[in-house]
Amino acid sequence: MDASHVVTKEKALFQRAFSWLHFREGAYSLVSFACAFVSVIITFSIVFVLGKETIAFFQSPDVTVREFFTTTDWRPTFDPPGFGMVPLMTGTLMITLGSALVAVPLGLASAIYLAEYAKPAVRKALKPILEILAGIPTIVYGYFALFHLTPFLRSIFGADRIEVFNAASGAIVVGVMTLPLVTSLCDDAITAVPRSLREGGKALGSTNYETIRRIVLPGALSGIMASFILAVSRAIGETMAVTLASGQTPNVTFNPGEAIQTMTAYIVQISKGDTPTGSTAYLTLFAVAATLFAVTYALNILARKLVRKYGSRFS
Amino acid sequence: MRQFQFAGGISPARRRQDKVFKSVCFIGILTACLFLIVLLWSVGKDGVDRINGDFFTSFASRFPDKAGIKASLWGSLWVIVVAIVVAVPVGVAAAVYLEVFTSSRNKLASFIQLNIANLAGVPSIVYGLLGLALFVRAMSLDRSVLAGGLTLAILVLPMIIVVSQEAIKAVPRLYTEGSLALGATKWQTVFRQVLPAALPGIITGIILSVSRAMGETAPLITIGAVSVIRQVPDGLDSKFTVLPMQIYDWSTRPQAGFHDAAAAAIIVLVGMLLLLNSAAIVIRARSQKKV
Repeated sequence: MDASHVVTKEKALFQRAFSWLHFREGAYSLVSFACAFVSVIITFSIVFVLGKETIAFFQSPDVTVREFFTTTDWRPTFDPPGFGMVPLMTGTLMITLGSALVAVPLGLASAIYLAEYAKPAVRKALKPILEILAGIPTIVYGYFALFHLTPFLRSIFGADRIEVFNAASGAIVVGVMTLPLVTSLCDDAITAVPRSLREGGKALGSTNYETIRRIVLPGALSGIMASFILAVSRAIGETMAVTLASGQTPNVTFNPGEAIQTMTAYIVQISKGDTPTGSTAYLTLFAVAATLFAVTYALNILARKLVRKYGSRFS
Repeated sequence: MRQFQFAGGISPARRRQDKVFKSVCFIGILTACLFLIVLLWSVGKDGVDRINGDFFTSFASRFPDKAGIKASLWGSLWVIVVAIVVAVPVGVAAAVYLEVFTSSRNKLASFIQLNIANLAGVPSIVYGLLGLALFVRAMSLDRSVLAGGLTLAILVLPMIIVVSQEAIKAVPRLYTEGSLALGATKWQTVFRQVLPAALPGIITGIILSVSRAMGETAPLITIGAVSVIRQVPDGLDSKFTVLPMQIYDWSTRPQAGFHDAAAAAIIVLVGMLLLLNSAAIVIRARSQKKV
């Protein structure tokens, strides 16, 4: 074997290893990885931005962490200001609980009907309706709540009991908005329960109702709970419908007829006004949003854990 | 009476209970459907008289009868085009990486996957604050079409990734394995086999994210977009408003005339969304037939 042969062979190997094709393969892989990694960067930027401004907020002499979470005087743009976020938290809680009262029973009942009773053709006709309900922008729900639902509630319960802006109206439309989410997740959880279990129940003489109550629902329980948690998380983050329908009055109340302000509605209020950048009032935006983010993020993780549990249960 | 009953038979009381339960469940879904009908009908009734040619070609106005949606319609279009142009390539590439190039045992990949799932649940208003800090202030894009579009791009990115992943997952293994067996590289396989086969699913995902972006109000209010504008955007750095913001602005005004204008704008918005969603359903049905 002469030397020149070895050289060309090595040269060929070298050329192959660094050929355009290989380079391109590597480059594509790198770019696609970078794109996937963007999502991680987004999460970190959210945490960084909210965290940074929230720390700046708590460093200001006007407020302490304890005051922020436990006092009830919320007047960030007034002089002297008040930075007790409790009214926003109770406002958000009212909307969340109220919407759950609508979305949980109706959503679960709809899911049971779709999964257990509806004929395939009926199911096929009803599913798109739920998708439309889920796809309607929240601002539209807000308009409907303000100009149709509230007047309707006032005509029933009396204009003296229901204010023009009220928690009830916002909570009802947020409930309807989150209903499709509950229905579709419960539907998934219910249909994941194996047929054989149902047939076992029926063979032992149970009615449909008894089979659903004693076999199907317990089997689907963690998925159903997950859907409730996700609905709550969605309701907490819901913005435009409650801003329009439930008002901008930070108010510690549990009367659904009164105007309130949710955390999200407060963010809209400040964003619409001309609060100077860097002022303590401006920084409240980020402190409130950080609270919102932390709560919804924790709820989503909890829901995912529950879903994973039921996913492995029957496989 | 009792002794004549068939062993294991179902007593009338239990039968009744069963029927009542079925009706209750049916009432649940009926309520949802009725709500949708009442909502669409009552908003439609408010706004239908305001829908005419002028409504599409006039700007916002102090006079309710003359107010139109020219600026917000074009603004919506600009912002959504920016959002899609940015989010689709990134989202599809990320989906390819997660579906084709890693296994579920890869720790980094499953971390990214978990992270995407969590991002999908972040309230949209939080994205608005991110956009405010990142695009409007740090990158000093101000309240421009570009800032709004990028904010919406971040918002729809998780959705595009997840839907594209589903579409790629549905591509039969036969295609990819055949291609690899014939000597194609991984990326040649992705470009010539996987992506063309997954295209209907990906397009469905894009349509759904367009309709999501089109209805978003809160993040754009948060980045400080103004709702009353009397110009059509003419570039990435122009000011803009979008349809949902116009609806919000008109709904908060005291004059009833503006409320009808808001309802008319809702008809336009929901009409476009229904069209988009039907298109998505048709594409999905067609591609299912082919496979």
